[in-house]
Amino acid sequence: MDKKPLNDASYEQYLNERRVMGSRCKKCGALALPPRPICVACHGSDLEWTEFKGKGKLAALTSILVAPPAMAREGFGRNNPYVVGVVELEEGVKAVARITGVDAKKPESIRVGAPLQADFLAKGEGAAKQTALVFKA
Amino acid sequence: MARKRKLAREVAVVGGGLTKLGLFKDRNCKDFFAEAYTEMIGSVDKGIDPKDIDAIYVGNFTNDFFVKQAHWAPIIADLLGHVPKPITRTEGACASSALAFREGVLAIASGMYDIVLVGGFEQMSKCSTEEVAEGLAMAASPYEVAAGFTFPGVFGTMATAYFAKYGATREALFNVTIKSHNNAPFNPKAQFPMTVRDFMNARIERAKKKGEPLPSWKDEKAYLADPAANPAVAWPMHLFDCCPISDGAACLLLVAEDMARKFTDVRIHVAGLGQGSGYSLHAKKDLTSYEATRAAANEAYEMSGLTPKDIQFSEVHDCFSIAELVTMEDLGFVKPGEAHRAVADGMTRLDGSKPINTSGGLKSKGHPVGATGVAQLYEVWTQLRGKAGKRQVPNPNLRIGGAHNLGGTGGTCTFTILERR
Repeated sequence: MDKKPLNDASYEQYLNERRVMGSRCKKCGALALPPRPICVACHGSDLEWTEFKGKGKLAALTSILVAPPAMAREGFGRNNPYVVGVVELEEGVKAVARITGVDAKKPESIRVGAPLQADFLAKGEGAAKQTALVFKA
Repeated sequence: MARKRKLAREVAVVGGGLTKLGLFKDRNCKDFFAEAYTEMIGSVDKGIDPKDIDAIYVGNFTNDFFVKQAHWAPIIADLLGHVPKPITRTEGACASSALAFREGVLAIASGMYDIVLVGGFEQMSKCSTEEVAEGLAMAASPYEVAAGFTFPGVFGTMATAYFAKYGATREALFNVTIKSHNNAPFNPKAQFPMTVRDFMNARIERAKKKGEPLPSWKDEKAYLADPAANPAVAWPMHLFDCCPISDGAACLLLVAEDMARKFTDVRIHVAGLGQGSGYSLHAKKDLTSYEATRAAANEAYEMSGLTPKDIQFSEVHDCFSIAELVTMEDLGFVKPGEAHRAVADGMTRLDGSKPINTSGGLKSKGHPVGATGVAQLYEVWTQLRGKAGKRQVPNPNLRIGGAHNLGGTGGTCTFTILERR
């Protein structure tokens, strides 16, 4: 049994292990990603960890040309845009994430509904390691 | 069990003030609030002795970050000479001052106070565009920020969901922008009192003066479709889909309805008051709707006994063009998926069947974040008084108007209905 608390810190630890982990309500079965401590469907508080397969489809997207400071430091901006979007997972929950493997300079060519696969983008080492959940086309 | 909401005591709006909106780097938010307040005091038909104001609620979003000064409420009380009266600051991102308005209404309805000043203010122009973008992103959800979303990016994402679901294109957004800018030249308080055609002609004039080749846009839509004139910010959101950075302040004077005649014979009261909360983008059931707006609208309609058809005109929160389309649907003005056609057909023009954003909207009037909620209600109040000049809704029986304010990426939304008796 997994005793990790259902919170953002545990979710991030799992991402470091390249696993997409969320919560499932034992009472009503509602899924949540990232995990929740309280079920928003039935207000139940008995929830457990569940692993998501990481397969989904693109529900909506944007190509960002005016980048926030953190992304600008990585070299993104008007000449190097990037795509973020909402992904609908097979299990029925949605995630917001970077979308890779698409042409950010031609966003009109990216199809809503396109199949996507979870990927993990790690930065830093040891205790400073942080892994972002991204989806690739 | 939800029961029908109603105020225990009715509330009237008897005064209002709004600064000219724009970029005023040599002034600060105390200057803005003093200007709006002075106009408000002068606007009360039969006069108001400031001593009679019982309490104050003020909305502000980002001063802690942009001005590096928190605890603004007593600074405003001090500025206006209202120390030691109670004053409370409300924060709901871009809906901050709609919450101040709401708290003011509830304070009177409760019987605690009779005369309440509500307002909002924001000072943004002293920051760089990057600092403003970073500050505003504080109103998005932590998951969105971590994934690399920007504010326009969240709305751009909703736009692609709307396009995919309803078959709309960027032309639907052009129609919103052109319509709102058509009202702006008639609003002396607007930051950009110009039509899109004015922008286009100014650009052609500039090219002429510089001896550059003359651009050949056949109309405003061609101008907006040209990335050289209207570059992408967070595709499909382009520059002309996004409201500007603005400074400004607004305030309104609220009194118990039973004493309103002491201040004015024009009886405008709060008929409906609604507020709702919303999920982050990933947890939303529907990417083409704001659950917070729907909840706010339901509450306001139920309280007032009015329906969407009864709302003769409305200000809606067009921080980004797509938000105006989605909001028209959430407020029930049109069915889901029909807003883009309604705008194309002219329904929301000043001379249409339901004018929207007669002020020019946030896009052309300006969006001093914490002032916006009350600034929208100032427009509705001005229209209901018949004092909107050349942008007056051409309806001799104008009686009911709405104001929709949206905070963050839809986390806090309000809908308020004012009615002239």
